[in-house]
Amino acid sequence: MAADESYPDDLRYHREHDWVRIEGDEAVLGITWYAQDALGELVHFEPPEAGSTVAKDSSYGEVESVKAVSEVIAPLSGEVVEVNQTVIDSPETVNEDPYGAGWLIRIRLSDPGEDDNLLDAESYRQLVSDQ
Amino acid sequence: MVPFAGWEMPVQYEGVIQEHRAVRSDCGVFDVSHMGEFEVEGPKAHILLQSLLSNDLEKLEPGGAQYTLLTNERGGIVDDLIVYRLEPGRYLLIVNAANREPDFQWLKEREIPGSDVRDVSDEYALLAVQGPRAIERLGLEDAPAFTFAMAKLHGIECMVNRTGYTGERGVELMVPQEDAEQLWDRVLERGAVPCGLGARDTLRLEVCYPLHGNDIGPDTDAISAGLGWVCALETEFTGADELRRIKEAGPERVLVAFVMQESAVPRQGMMIAGGGEVTSGTHSPMLDRGIGMGYVPAALADPGTELGIDVRGRERRARVVTKPIYKPEEG
Repeated sequence: MAADESYPDDLRYHREHDWVRIEGDEAVLGITWYAQDALGELVHFEPPEAGSTVAKDSSYGEVESVKAVSEVIAPLSGEVVEVNQTVIDSPETVNEDPYGAGWLIRIRLSDPGEDDNLLDAESYRQLVSDQ
Repeated sequence: MVPFAGWEMPVQYEGVIQEHRAVRSDCGVFDVSHMGEFEVEGPKAHILLQSLLSNDLEKLEPGGAQYTLLTNERGGIVDDLIVYRLEPGRYLLIVNAANREPDFQWLKEREIPGSDVRDVSDEYALLAVQGPRAIERLGLEDAPAFTFAMAKLHGIECMVNRTGYTGERGVELMVPQEDAEQLWDRVLERGAVPCGLGARDTLRLEVCYPLHGNDIGPDTDAISAGLGWVCALETEFTGADELRRIKEAGPERVLVAFVMQESAVPRQGMMIAGGGEVTSGTHSPMLDRGIGMGYVPAALADPGTELGIDVRGRERRARVVTKPIYKPEEG
């Protein structure tokens, strides 16, 4: 079942509809409720390789539904330490739980302080309500 | 909503996969009123159509329908359509929306004395009610595929056609435009799930029905497209000579169906290693895998052959399979 719309307060957001949860010198990345709703039920996640680097504002993978494919944009830079195998095996997990079991990758941050211009939940909610 | 052949149409109502499953397991309804309808009438209507359509019209009795092709001189496919024999000298053609104008022009230019071709598309709406429970939910009697009859459905006079584009049992209901909304509501009350263009595409691709504009067109011949079975090559029609020649020589490229062997969704326009191209691709909700159709050199066309598909720069493995990719359960 698809999740209800929400944008948790403890996350930071990128205007390309990606979220990040900073945990010390690591961070967990995913796509927002708005992104998964726009795509529809996901059928494929093309992940980066563990050990590769992702750059802020650049694509690090693809998520795909029956009707569309979309790049996923990294809100922050770092090295990929883990990709979520659950989402690779069952991409619809992202629709069911976009901020929990449906996370996409975990990175080790390479540039602390880079998060200054990310959006907080309130600003991101404003952004999607304007779309 | 998306623009499609000049119509605003829903890609989905609740979700492509959900709608797809409803049609495979129960019953869904599609508003396909965008399709074109022509009437061809007169003492020479039969001769005109027999000379322009690939299938053998002699085999079509009043009350029957036939899948056929409008072919050009090169054996290419101007359109694929269903012809209904309404009366001995009166036919209905249901054609693809995007081809309504070129088809009509094609027929008009070739009209002969004693035949009259009229575009009646704006007068009619068409609802496709499809799925193993479609007939039961509508309260209809069983009837053979590719037949039709007039019937009153919930008080609305309909032409009930035993045809469809999903591989499932079901009907296509043709009614005057002004009755369409009421019929739609009655069909929904009977428990049909409203379905959009997205599910229509995934359903037809699972059963390997070609889509004109993707898999077939004026530059692809019927033999290479695997549609030789609707070409009565012992008869004369536009392009028959060329099609006989291609059949005799064997086609150079063949439209094959394939299933991905790795997680990836093939899409129209992707290249196939060895000189092929994907013409339709999607994710199959029934197989839970990427599936598609595409033209490949004849040497790569046998079922079991492994194909490499260029998915945005990554080569992904697929395997040629026997059509259809998915076989609906007999109901």
